[in-house]
Amino acid sequence: MTGVGTSAARGPADGAARRRAARAAFAGFVRKEAYHLLRDRQTLGILLLMPLVQVLLFGFAIRTEVRGIRVAIVDPTPGPATRRLRDRFAASPQYRLVATWPTADALPAAFDAGTVRQAIVLPPDADRRLAGRAPVPVQVVTDGSDPNTGTIMESDALAIVRRWWGDLAPAAPGAGLALSVRLRYNPTLASVHLFVPGLIALVLTVVSAMMTAITIVREKETGTMELLLVSPLRPAQVVLGKVLPYVGLGMVNVGLLLLAARLVFGVPVRGSLALLLAVCLLYTVTALALGIVISTRAPTQRTAMLAALAGLLMPTMLLSGFIFPVASLPAPLRLVTNIVPARWFLVLVRGIMVSGAGLAELWRPLAVLAGLTAALLAAGIRRLPVRLD
Amino acid sequence: MRAVFLLVRKEFLQVLRDRTTIAQVFLIPVIQLLVLSNAATFDVPRARLAVADADGSPLAASLVERLEGGGRFRVVRAQPTPGGFEAALRGRAVSGVLHVPAGFARSMGRERRDTLQLELDAQDGATAGILLAAAQGILADWGREALPGGAPAPGARLAPLDARPRGWYNPSRDYRHYMVPGILVSLVSIIGLLLTAQNIAREKELGTLEQLNVTPLTKGQFIAGKLIPYWLLALATFCLGLAVGRLAFGIPMRGSVPLVIACAMVYLVGALGVGLWLSTFAETQQQAMFLSFFVLLLYLLLSGIFTPVDAMPPWARALAQLNPVKHFVVIMRTVLVRGGGPAAIWREVATLAVFGAGMLALAVAQHRKRTG
Repeated sequence: MTGVGTSAARGPADGAARRRAARAAFAGFVRKEAYHLLRDRQTLGILLLMPLVQVLLFGFAIRTEVRGIRVAIVDPTPGPATRRLRDRFAASPQYRLVATWPTADALPAAFDAGTVRQAIVLPPDADRRLAGRAPVPVQVVTDGSDPNTGTIMESDALAIVRRWWGDLAPAAPGAGLALSVRLRYNPTLASVHLFVPGLIALVLTVVSAMMTAITIVREKETGTMELLLVSPLRPAQVVLGKVLPYVGLGMVNVGLLLLAARLVFGVPVRGSLALLLAVCLLYTVTALALGIVISTRAPTQRTAMLAALAGLLMPTMLLSGFIFPVASLPAPLRLVTNIVPARWFLVLVRGIMVSGAGLAELWRPLAVLAGLTAALLAAGIRRLPVRLD
Repeated sequence: MRAVFLLVRKEFLQVLRDRTTIAQVFLIPVIQLLVLSNAATFDVPRARLAVADADGSPLAASLVERLEGGGRFRVVRAQPTPGGFEAALRGRAVSGVLHVPAGFARSMGRERRDTLQLELDAQDGATAGILLAAAQGILADWGREALPGGAPAPGARLAPLDARPRGWYNPSRDYRHYMVPGILVSLVSIIGLLLTAQNIAREKELGTLEQLNVTPLTKGQFIAGKLIPYWLLALATFCLGLAVGRLAFGIPMRGSVPLVIACAMVYLVGALGVGLWLSTFAETQQQAMFLSFFVLLLYLLLSGIFTPVDAMPPWARALAQLNPVKHFVVIMRTVLVRGGGPAAIWREVATLAVFGAGMLALAVAQHRKRTG
């Protein structure tokens, strides 16, 4: 304290020297934090490798498309027409035709056991009926216990049945309304283009927040916080000094994850790479600031961990649009997602990478994300413990 | 036995004294269960569809009306400038653009045919697929009726199709009945795993593990003492969550609730055992936390709760078979939603029991009473 006091007493002439000293103190603090980070090889290895391994692992493992549906066909009287329906299901990559039964007796047991998730029940004499006039009843039975995939399964099976029926009828030559469809940005409707950026957002959020959540609490728990508090560094500098080395680490992670997305999963980067990197840099700061906010409020490392991991994991997964589209959520929850930073990051990353959008289209989500980041940083600095109890 | 009891009591006193942690253990799952159970849906809301009508005829207007009435689309009439649509699509202001060519009404009238162009934002493939199917259905119906002279040949020599969808097990299609068990199990697993994984690492960091190591406690007693308090806490959270699910979401309870709780007791041994095993590796609490995060993502993403297991590649499906979360969620859904009894779930229970025993054995074997 005496050192600071005497230098202040010397008057404004030494202002420049004092600023230089303050800068040197800050640089020293950042260096110290960086050493902490680099010295612990085991933790550093975890921090660099784990996000990459997770993105690779889950990028390959998870598909949100409904595929491999186990379907059974109940066909009391097989004929040429019904055989064609069977062929259609057998040929569809979405379906696995597991059985063709003459009666529906086995269905309940098969559904209960989960060996069949969908069944197409044809009426007796389907072929003969198709040549008649009365409507031909075809039942599409779907295991609705998961309503999300159930809806998709049902609409897919109905589409196959309708196409089968449509192709049986001799079309009038040339007449009718045609529809030419262009599926923009993702013609194969692959979910991987949507999923991998989401995975990056999730992993980046939780890992970054966890990295900083621990830092200040650990200083409090081990008693080294007192040393920081009596140093000439201002609270804002303490926060900044703790965040900076992790920003570097976070950007290394971003680079690795983007390379994996591009090279391994073939996610395109249609927009500007510079904008993408800038957004990732901003978001890394956001997530780190989230960790700082947690760590200034948590009394122990355990509390900080519970808040960072248990508090962030599921909300980031479910309220960001990672798996479930934000547009699908009920209105009150859609409002809540506005304060979930990962939601805006996802809009930006998917927009830049998949749709090739630029600043003209994305300035709004970018501004929101920047605002959230500023708010989090301010909250972290304001709540920094300037004295010990 | 008495030694284990004393350790359990010490752990309990330590946790119960930490009010913040206790509040977190109960409040985080309850709040998230209440909020997030509403979020897990793929419902496709009405999509904004821009119509670029270069024709402007009454026929085109009737088409737009039909699209609007279909329930899937909200039509945005906009200036037909190509750049404007492009930007609207890229900026996600609209989900699709339907182009009606000039002279559409005339060519439908004279040649009885024309082509419409539909552009859809397919960034989200699942949503695009549903919108595409809806648009195709509406336009096909409209096209048949709009053609002068009625429908073309189909139907003349073929009986009409009466395709009837039927949903089993969840006819109300309330996704929350399906999701609440999954989300509850996820939350309880996160809390339980974190608490146990952090605990031993903390004793290492503070140096108090050495004090425990010089006591006559055996390794098995030590692990049991570390498991039981958190097992009880997690079980209490689970029961609380079950009550919340019943009261707030009215999840069905067709089968026996005590049976579900008994299964939870078996499940939690394995789920928390993983945490104990991890903490024998971790040198610091931070490492324990990162290892937990890795395991938790495996738990959650390979559980089939949010994405279908059937869609995974074979190796991931095999990995999912080792996931205790998946088996326990199957048990909960079978008993609660379908009303199944012990006979329907014995295989899953056996898997969970084996997993729990294996994890505890690993944790005991891996734990070192010697340091350095």
